[in-house]
Amino acid sequence: MNFALSDEQVFLQEAARGALGRVKTVEAAREALEGGDVPDLWPVAREAGWPGLLVSEEHGGAGLGAIEAMLVAAECGRVLAAIPLLGHVPATGLLDAAANADGDLMRRLAEGEERAAFVPARPPDDLEANWTVAPRRGARRGPAPRLQDGKLTGESHWVPDAPGADHLVVAAVDAGGAPRAALVDAGGAGVSVEPVMRYDATRSLAHVRFEGAGVTELDLPEGTLAATWYLAQCLLAGEALGIAEECLERSVTYAKERFTFGRAIGSYQAVKHSLVEILRRMENLRSLVYYAGWARGFSPEEFPLAASSARVAADQALDHATRELISVHGGIGATWEHDAPLYFRRSQLSRRLLGGSGDSAERVAAELMAGARAAA
Amino acid sequence: MDLSDTPEQAAYREQVRAWLTQHRDDAPVLHGEGAIEDPAEAVRAHRAWQRKLAEAGYVGLTWPAEYGGQALGPIEQVIFNQELTRAGVPGILDTIGVGMLGPTIMAHGTEEQKQRHLGPMLHADEVWCQLFSEPAAGSDLAAIQCRARPDDDGWRLSGQKVWTTNAQFAAYGLLLARTDPDVPKHKGLTMFIVPMDAEGITVRPLRQITGKGEFNEVFFDDVRLEAGAEVGPVDGGWAVGLTTLMFERLAIGAGADSFGYRADRFAASIAADETAASSTEVRQRFGELSVELIALRFTGFRMLTAIQRGAMPGPEAALGKVTMVRAAIDAGELLADVIGPEAFSDEEYGEIISFLPGLKSAGGTEEILRNIVGERVLGLPPEPRLDKGIPFSELRAREREEARA
Repeated sequence: MNFALSDEQVFLQEAARGALGRVKTVEAAREALEGGDVPDLWPVAREAGWPGLLVSEEHGGAGLGAIEAMLVAAECGRVLAAIPLLGHVPATGLLDAAANADGDLMRRLAEGEERAAFVPARPPDDLEANWTVAPRRGARRGPAPRLQDGKLTGESHWVPDAPGADHLVVAAVDAGGAPRAALVDAGGAGVSVEPVMRYDATRSLAHVRFEGAGVTELDLPEGTLAATWYLAQCLLAGEALGIAEECLERSVTYAKERFTFGRAIGSYQAVKHSLVEILRRMENLRSLVYYAGWARGFSPEEFPLAASSARVAADQALDHATRELISVHGGIGATWEHDAPLYFRRSQLSRRLLGGSGDSAERVAAELMAGARAAA
Repeated sequence: MDLSDTPEQAAYREQVRAWLTQHRDDAPVLHGEGAIEDPAEAVRAHRAWQRKLAEAGYVGLTWPAEYGGQALGPIEQVIFNQELTRAGVPGILDTIGVGMLGPTIMAHGTEEQKQRHLGPMLHADEVWCQLFSEPAAGSDLAAIQCRARPDDDGWRLSGQKVWTTNAQFAAYGLLLARTDPDVPKHKGLTMFIVPMDAEGITVRPLRQITGKGEFNEVFFDDVRLEAGAEVGPVDGGWAVGLTTLMFERLAIGAGADSFGYRADRFAASIAADETAASSTEVRQRFGELSVELIALRFTGFRMLTAIQRGAMPGPEAALGKVTMVRAAIDAGELLADVIGPEAFSDEEYGEIISFLPGLKSAGGTEEILRNIVGERVLGLPPEPRLDKGIPFSELRAREREEARA
């Protein structure tokens, strides 16, 4: 039994915190909302080796696992750093598993010379037989892009980190609806990437459209495409852990300094209990982040359950932590000058990405029910 | 991260499994189909089962060998509990004694007390109960009023305890009493070993929402305690009580699954109802509560890892209880919504629905646990206290006055 971070993982975490601490990312997040440029933090990521986190050593990467990727995501989340790992890490993880991966491309991606983004599709479940993608608006999901005769056609919306990516790794289906993965040149003919900023300037998103785009079809072991969807969920969960930690730390600090009726507001049970609720949700999330990291490496059949659970806990933690950060500060917490709204914006937007947490909760239920049916 | 057994742990698991396979037919059926109906008969059978486990070396796994334990680690205890669950047989009867009170006596008792009591406790020859809470002292445990007065070289005990599990058949109780009311309330307390057959003790069952009487109230009317009944120093009982509470946390940490509220069990009931199983609302509610139960399991593994490395579980362990109760209440609500009124006659779900409201207060109310975690883990300042440094007798007088006003 060993369910704690290793010394190396703690070192990675601390190094990430150190590297990101040298940049004023939170201030930049506010300025970007006002039309300023989002600072390019990719050089920080490259120097730290994050682009190659999940790329195997033979392909020039670090050959690490989901837990390390989530730890880095947590540090990025903590300071709202706009680093396109949510797109790049799943994309490279998937490419690395392909039998026909181009070694030279893998090396460039691992070093961060070029960037990739994963264009996700939601795997089927007991109620929805098809692979689906996020619609531009509304609750009705669209069909995943279709790969036929080597050409890719279709669209996907709110794709993380697609703007500026050199390569798109697309979750698609063939004529029969079976999953296929395609590597697409983001600047190639028949590919359009429309950058879109909503509510949180540090989250890079795009509407992506393919019209007969030429692709390299990837030769993957079964289940890789679905696992990549869950890996993306894990990264959102990792980010949320860092955000919740930051919100809790800031809230507790303020609750000790701010006095009303002659005593610190943190001494009132109403305030105290709500801050403890951040801690409770955050520690649940941490346990599930570890679970997801462990499952991807050691128990892949549990990975959909573990990653979906982590995603649900992430959104529960995000929602309470970012709202509480505002509330504990009173009116000032809701002003533009305060940092709390920036974390709130991140939370609001993240909770609606990659299917949203409601979808992950349903997945948890579906996985558990499937397990119960199999055991019966 | 690695959740697999080491070769030694795997061998131990194998040994436990083989023993349980061989002896499972000796285990009593306490719940569900074919359960023993007569409560006294169920206790007798459960005691016999504990004795059998003890004789085979499966009780007090973490106790030192000199007191009849196996000197194993918390991981072996977890392995053993997992194998019990797998075999579908109950564990020991006296979890409170073996898990909390025995270790307290080991930490604070005299050698004579240890030699006299620990062996019979382990074998369920003598079952124990915990006599801490009172009608007017639960969350504020140091407010207890049960009074022990010196009497020759022994003591005279008067007062009332409540929520006492197993008191109706316990041979001994570990009791916290006030020995000096004229000092601030934490300072005048002493821990005692009380023989439950002493003259002047009355045990009355308390029926709960479930209809069952798992708890008791216990009355002490001028009960004589012999010299040497004290555990730890006279007026030093608060520290002894804290030791018991620490072992309670350890028990919770090492047995996160032990209440049996596991998401995979509820999943079968929901999956069996096709309409519910395809309802978005049901799926989301079930998914969300399951996430909390799954988180609890892995938080337990984190805690075990820390314990294995020599750490003692801190106050943050209390959050596990909060999460468990919340998630189990949600599960009861969902199952009742899905199944309808029939849910209340389901042995298992009816029990969950009726048992949980009380569990919210047991072992520390959610409110007091949040206070403890907020103050000791987050470092938030306490609420101003009106009892600090005031002799207990004076405090009581003030409270009475204020209540009258």
